[in-house]
Amino acid sequence: MRVLSEQRTKILFEKLTKYIGVNVKLLIDRPDGTYCFREKNDRVYYVSERLLQLAQTVKPENLISAGTCFGKFTKTNKFRLHITALTYIAPYAPFKIWVKPSAEQQFLYGHHVIKSGLGRITENTPKHQGVVVYTMSDIPIGFGVAARTTTECRNADPLATIAFHQADIGEYIRSEDTLT
Amino acid sequence: MGRKAKFDEGKKVKKGPGRKARKQADPTFKKGLIEEDDDVKKLSHRQKQRAARRAKKKTELAEKRKLLKQAKKNVSKQQEEKNSKESDDSSGDEVQGFTDDNKEWLKPKQKGKYVKKQAESESDSGHEGSDVKEDSEEEETGEPVKEKYKVGTLDDLFEDSNEENGDISSADEEAGSSNKLIYNSDSEEEDSDDDGDDDMLPIEKANLKLKKKQKEDKKLADEEMQLNIAKQDIFAFPSEEELKNPTSLQDVLQRIKDVVAVLSEFSKLKEEGRSRCEYTELLLKDLCMYYSYNEFLMEVLMQIFPVQELVEFLEASEVARPVTIRTNSLKTRRRDLAQALINRGVNLDPVGKWSKVGLVVYSSTVPVGATPEYLAGHYILQGASSFLPVMALAPQENERILDMCAAPGGKASHIAAIMKNTGALFANDANKERTKAIVGNFHRLGVVNAVICNYDGRQFPDVIKGFDRVLLDAPCTGTGVIAKDPSVKTTKDQKDIQRCFNLQRQLLLAAIDCCNAKSSTGGYIVYSTCSILPEENEWVVNYALKRRNVKLVPTALDFGTEGFVKYRHHRFHPSLKLTRRFYPHTHNMDGFFVAKLKKFSNVIPEPEKDEEEESENKEDEQQQDKKDETVKENEDKTPKESKKVIKKPNKPGLLKRPVGSQQDKQDVTMKENADETQSKIVTKKQKQNKRSPLKRQAGSSESQPPKKKNKRGKKKKS
Repeated sequence: MRVLSEQRTKILFEKLTKYIGVNVKLLIDRPDGTYCFREKNDRVYYVSERLLQLAQTVKPENLISAGTCFGKFTKTNKFRLHITALTYIAPYAPFKIWVKPSAEQQFLYGHHVIKSGLGRITENTPKHQGVVVYTMSDIPIGFGVAARTTTECRNADPLATIAFHQADIGEYIRSEDTLT
Repeated sequence: MGRKAKFDEGKKVKKGPGRKARKQADPTFKKGLIEEDDDVKKLSHRQKQRAARRAKKKTELAEKRKLLKQAKKNVSKQQEEKNSKESDDSSGDEVQGFTDDNKEWLKPKQKGKYVKKQAESESDSGHEGSDVKEDSEEEETGEPVKEKYKVGTLDDLFEDSNEENGDISSADEEAGSSNKLIYNSDSEEEDSDDDGDDDMLPIEKANLKLKKKQKEDKKLADEEMQLNIAKQDIFAFPSEEELKNPTSLQDVLQRIKDVVAVLSEFSKLKEEGRSRCEYTELLLKDLCMYYSYNEFLMEVLMQIFPVQELVEFLEASEVARPVTIRTNSLKTRRRDLAQALINRGVNLDPVGKWSKVGLVVYSSTVPVGATPEYLAGHYILQGASSFLPVMALAPQENERILDMCAAPGGKASHIAAIMKNTGALFANDANKERTKAIVGNFHRLGVVNAVICNYDGRQFPDVIKGFDRVLLDAPCTGTGVIAKDPSVKTTKDQKDIQRCFNLQRQLLLAAIDCCNAKSSTGGYIVYSTCSILPEENEWVVNYALKRRNVKLVPTALDFGTEGFVKYRHHRFHPSLKLTRRFYPHTHNMDGFFVAKLKKFSNVIPEPEKDEEEESENKEDEQQQDKKDETVKENEDKTPKESKKVIKKPNKPGLLKRPVGSQQDKQDVTMKENADETQSKIVTKKQKQNKRSPLKRQAGSSESQPPKKKNKRGKKKKS
């Protein structure tokens, strides 16, 4: 468990702001104790300080995971957000997309959200904004990037992509081995 | 004021339709329905007459029947003689040509016609001599009638099918005019058989016939059962050949049932000169064959259960338990989840009063392990039995808890859910591959207070100690979950069990060491396995009770059967009653064992000496296990007696030391405000030991040779 370097911290926070905007600071300043980001094998974990102390007693080679894994740094030093971060992203995300029940399954298999499957979308969503995808019953099922603004969506044809798929909870089954 | 109530005219209904209402027309009934009622109520004069006549006929018939029977007997004898002489007689022969069976069903009809004829001629005289002739005539006239009416009614079809045999031979050239009459009389006769209601629909008649048939069938079945019971009563022990060449599994099953019945009332039902042993051996073999277990495991199971229960257990182990899911209380509530799943076409119910998070899935139109709710972490697929150890552990918020063998994280996530993501949860598993499952499940279920690590559980006390509670769901032989993994039936033997309980003992000691006795809220250890063998359960706990300063406490599970205190030659600590066992056949969940221990002192009593004793004891106990088997083999190994004698003097010394060490332990425990009952028992044991060292010596010397033998055997193998 290492502390993130200055540069990596910056990359990480830039990425996070794409999805949850200014709410990033809510992740750091929490009422229930201090939380921090730690890096292990290029993977970034979000852990409370208290738990971190306990985790420190475990040898690094025997430590599998502590707290929540947010994602990993690629070889090109970009940060890729994993689906496991959804627990923290979903409640803070300002821009959301709801998909119809008929399109749920498609999204869970890794497809983009298309216009015909779009149930609702937050007003004034800009292009290329990180969005969290919800079902109509308000269960977060993944996140992606808006391909069109809200106004463009209105006039889009039924097969047009509204949001690009980035991660979905189907990955818990599809790629369990690579989650951490 | 207002309307006057007209009580006297209340029943009167106004004739015309109401001002606004459309009056419904009177209902029309089918004629048949109305007639029935009328029939019952009043009979016309003619009908009465007819009925009287019918009754008269009936009585006459009864008399005639008797007479006829007698006559037939006589005549048939004569006819047989005749038949042998003149074989080409066409009309007369047909009557005699009937077999006895046919006679039976032909009789009433003949009589019916006979009676009818008599009625026509109004002659009541029954001449026995001409009976035969008349009968034969009627055969000729009656049969063709049937043929013609075949087309008409259903009951005729029945009749026809009954009388096929007769029809084949009969000729059908007869006038239709007389047919009707004959038919009528015939049907009347039938009706009189069916308690006189003459105008029944054909379908009703058919129904009556069917009922009769069913009655007969039932009678037959009953008789057969009686036969079976009779058979059971005198269950014959199968011969060697029968045993060698089993015919079918059904027979084996029957034999199992028989033997179980015999064993349940042995003194009554046993065969003379057979011992109980023979029966149990036979049962063992049969059970092994029928349920395809290996003999070792079956033997062990037979020692755990009485025979009747054993069969139930085996039967239950063949069937999979119902799928259960656990609501993740971190993300949703059970009611919401149930609603969401019902909307997806899942048929479910709460698992029982004892759990607030469990749901049983009866059937589902969608895969339960891949619904969006599942992926979103609202529930996890988990056996009902897996809830129990966590409920027994009863985690509190803000505690530090360890799950020593956590993969795939079902129980551990349950703990986290109960703690509401506070405190710290260590989920450990020795298998690195399986830790990935923990990671996946924890993230899916939203558990954020967990550290997942990959250690051998036995080394865990070296890593971190001082947990408030520890859950040890030890790896086991899996004899409780045979339904899930049938390979257990054939693959397990003594060595596997031995390996298992050795590991379990070490793990349990490590778990106890990890726990902090001085914790203000906790200091509890829960030990559970999915095995039902006492070697892996009670014995392991009993061992831990001796080695560490722990005592058993109630598990807070209000169902399940008590743990064993006695098992074969073992006498466990009486407090083992507080442990709980769960069986597939009684609780409809996987076989399971749960024990809750409270640590009352962090002092580890005399580890070095203990270990010596431990190893000694272990071997001792193993010997005892194998004693029965090995004694016979040892009998022919007389030369080793000299060695025995040499070794003997060692034994008392060895014995004394552990006793001393136990005393030391005793002192420590007394200081630490020990559980009184336990200490008393221990002291008693010691006293016994002190009193009868000779006995012990004798006992140990007895058990010594196998030990030597074992060692040798092991060496050879290694």
